[in-house]
Amino acid sequence: MLQVALRHRFPGQDGFSLDAAFTAPSSGVTAIFGPSGCGKTTILAAVAGLLRPQAGRVELGGRVLFDDRERIALPPEKRRCGMVFQEARLFPHLSVETNLRYGLRRAPRGAEGPDFGGVVALLGIGHLLHRRPAGLSGGEKQRVALGRALLSRPELLLMDEPLAALDTARKAEVLPFLARVRDTLRIPVLYVTHALDEVDRLADALVLMEGGRVLASGGVEALSARTDLPILLDRRDAGAVLACTVLSHDPGRGLTHFAFPGGQLIARLERASIGSAARLRIRARDVSVATVEPKGLSVQNVLPAVLDSIEPGQPHEALLRLRVGPSLLLARVTRDTVSRLGLTPGMPLWALVKSVAFGQAPDSAGPDR
Amino acid sequence: MAWLESAASWLTAEEWQAVRLSLSVALRSVAFGLPVAVLAALLLARGRFPGRALLDALVHLPLVMPPVVVGWLLLVTFGLRGPVGGLLNDWFGLRLVFTTGGAALATAVMSFPLIVRAVRLSLESVDPGLEEAARTLGAGPLDRFVTVTLPLIAPGILSGAITAFAAGLGEFGAVITFVSNIPGETQTLPLAIYSATQTPGGEATAAKLAAISLALAMGGLLLAELVARHMHRLLGRGPR
Repeated sequence: MLQVALRHRFPGQDGFSLDAAFTAPSSGVTAIFGPSGCGKTTILAAVAGLLRPQAGRVELGGRVLFDDRERIALPPEKRRCGMVFQEARLFPHLSVETNLRYGLRRAPRGAEGPDFGGVVALLGIGHLLHRRPAGLSGGEKQRVALGRALLSRPELLLMDEPLAALDTARKAEVLPFLARVRDTLRIPVLYVTHALDEVDRLADALVLMEGGRVLASGGVEALSARTDLPILLDRRDAGAVLACTVLSHDPGRGLTHFAFPGGQLIARLERASIGSAARLRIRARDVSVATVEPKGLSVQNVLPAVLDSIEPGQPHEALLRLRVGPSLLLARVTRDTVSRLGLTPGMPLWALVKSVAFGQAPDSAGPDR
Repeated sequence: MAWLESAASWLTAEEWQAVRLSLSVALRSVAFGLPVAVLAALLLARGRFPGRALLDALVHLPLVMPPVVVGWLLLVTFGLRGPVGGLLNDWFGLRLVFTTGGAALATAVMSFPLIVRAVRLSLESVDPGLEEAARTLGAGPLDRFVTVTLPLIAPGILSGAITAFAAGLGEFGAVITFVSNIPGETQTLPLAIYSATQTPGGEATAAKLAAISLALAMGGLLLAELVARHMHRLLGRGPR
């Protein structure tokens, strides 16, 4: 487990101040999510030891990396935190292979972790080994940087917006590799990003940040259904995330059936193996409600739901929290709808979810392909 | 080797001696000066200590001071009755005045700022992010310097050294003031040219030696540029 509590004020009259505390589980990906300038990268630098905070404590698996009161501040080279930076930061004078072996050679004796061949195969970089970093594409560079960090046998992997400097195509090229690393290697990851699709695709736990403070932290599904976090709700792609499993494919009609706790959903055909886990974000603006069971609709997903609560949204808008079995959905409707339909908490409703609303393809989220 | 013989016969023994001496003095001056210059560049580029500005000025002093003054200061300090020169002589029997070693020292002092500037410039262009990356991969300070920083500033060190060597071939004022003009011991190319111009009928010698000086200096500068380009290509940055 990683425990972080930090306080730091940057010099200057209106210097940015950070005051954040959170814990991250000892396995899986914990995403630190927030707008740029919220202190995400500062936290990562402090955990890695590249920045020395004025106060606080960082503990990783029972090992104290930093504590201002005990006067402990391990240098980065002793922390065993592998880091993947936004710009790959490969050593330009060394070949890809020597770059990859740089950390491996300096890993402590007996440190456990993936071997060279395993990492090269996992990241598909075997054909690049004799090249120099300058000749690689952005996506290839980032894969090599990831491999280099993994081969240093770290106890924690830190990723600082590893996809932010890539264009959409390169991003789509690297994302599956990140998912593979998450599924294959048992190494906890702290992943800084301001892209919600990366959170949906990779993260197990989420730390929400704004203005140097932690707003909330917890599981991705639980946080996505909360209505008190404008940082998530004010986005166009705001909506509840459902943990699903792939139930069946219907290639004839071009549909895939998903099961989630409390019901089933039908979506456009996806490339995912039956039984694999997937996460679907149901955008609040794509969910509407009816008081009687609708008939003759183009909408495929009509789920029986119970209205849990009505939250004020943006002007003239309301957010409905809908209970579908144990799961929660969010629906964005107008205030007028609320009064017209006489919506009150506890009311049974029908939630209409457009099948096109499913966002990210969960093609690599499963254990195998 | 026919060309070497014909070249040898083109110059007299004394002229050859001056050329060889110049090369030896310049080479030694770079060998002495380089490690110290790299250290000074590191201090100036990375160090945060009181007196940094003073060190910076001190390093650059030979660039702006009359070379004769540098030579005189060396004479005062390293002369047999000087504070350092006396000790060197008593303890190690090492004499710098009127010796080739002294000529190399004077040359090293004069070309010192050239190396420091070149190394410092390349140090400042090294991405500190690469050193940070090396840290997170487990590399300690010396390890980082040898495996990351040093290779990245190698082009600067090399081109600085070559420029200093080329400049050192022609150092005049500091050398003649400190170690005088002794054929075979301290009479380098420029000193030999000077002597030739002071001697009736020495015009041919002066012209030949001047031509050699020109060729060596030009060759040095071209080599420095070539090396820098090649190394930048190796580092994947392409020519500047």
